[in-house]
Amino acid sequence: MFEAVAFYLFAFLTIAMFFIVVTTSQALYALTALAAGMIFISAFFFILGADFLGAVQIIVYTGAVMALYAFGMMFFDTTREVKEKQGNKYIIVGLSTLAAILVVVIFAAPMMSENIVALYPAIDGVGNTQAVGLVLFTKYLIPFELAAIMLLVAMVAGIVLAGKKMDLSITLMHEAEIEEEKNKKVLS
Amino acid sequence: MEIGLNHYLVLSTILFAIGLVGVMRRKNLLLLFFATEILLNAVNVAFAAISHYYGDLTGQMFAFFVIAIAASEVAVGLGLLIVWYKRNGSIDLDALTTMKG
Repeated sequence: MFEAVAFYLFAFLTIAMFFIVVTTSQALYALTALAAGMIFISAFFFILGADFLGAVQIIVYTGAVMALYAFGMMFFDTTREVKEKQGNKYIIVGLSTLAAILVVVIFAAPMMSENIVALYPAIDGVGNTQAVGLVLFTKYLIPFELAAIMLLVAMVAGIVLAGKKMDLSITLMHEAEIEEEKNKKVLS
Repeated sequence: MEIGLNHYLVLSTILFAIGLVGVMRRKNLLLLFFATEILLNAVNVAFAAISHYYGDLTGQMFAFFVIAIAASEVAVGLGLLIVWYKRNGSIDLDALTTMKG
């Protein structure tokens, strides 16, 4: 009973938040609604007994990804209203429904066959975090290391891409210097 | 009423559909990124639910890797976005059409 109440409450909240994200015309509303939706998503992980995944969801998504987006939004002009694509609404709704049904079929097909066996069954007597660690550092060690390398590459790429001309501060330069920099950029 | 696997799969599908609508109707690249985050989260819910109802930890492992990929995608994508904004002063998708076709 308690589980059902929690599920429906958080389902409603998550859907409402994500609906705001895709419909609002203010980028800041979208950012905050997305952060709230991420936290509500982690509630499902806690209900499902995946405690470590829920904690990672809060730390990585709401802590790191959202902070990164908030940092990135400082670069962009986000105060103005966001224009939207004026497409055929029926095509969009139809394609979305079709894709969603496709996802359900993909997920439901193995269940219909009813012969799924647990490859790495949950271990009795240990908590979720410990069980995750046991599987992650034995069966999934190579993907784990590859993910680490991928994150390193992404970090270097982010620094290289965003860090260009970071030593120049437009607020501390005179108008003439800024114009000079602009001309230099055009010429190069 | 008992909450089963189907409840979670239906919820995941609804969230995925919301994300798809966002991907298709957004013009601003930053908000398009938000929509892709919704897609990834919807799939994560399905993974965690399947992992719970089948007593198998593989679903949670995949969810972890999805989170890692999402984090690196944001880092690289935001870097590219900043470079593009510095160069063009706009992150609308319409500004990306530079080729005459």
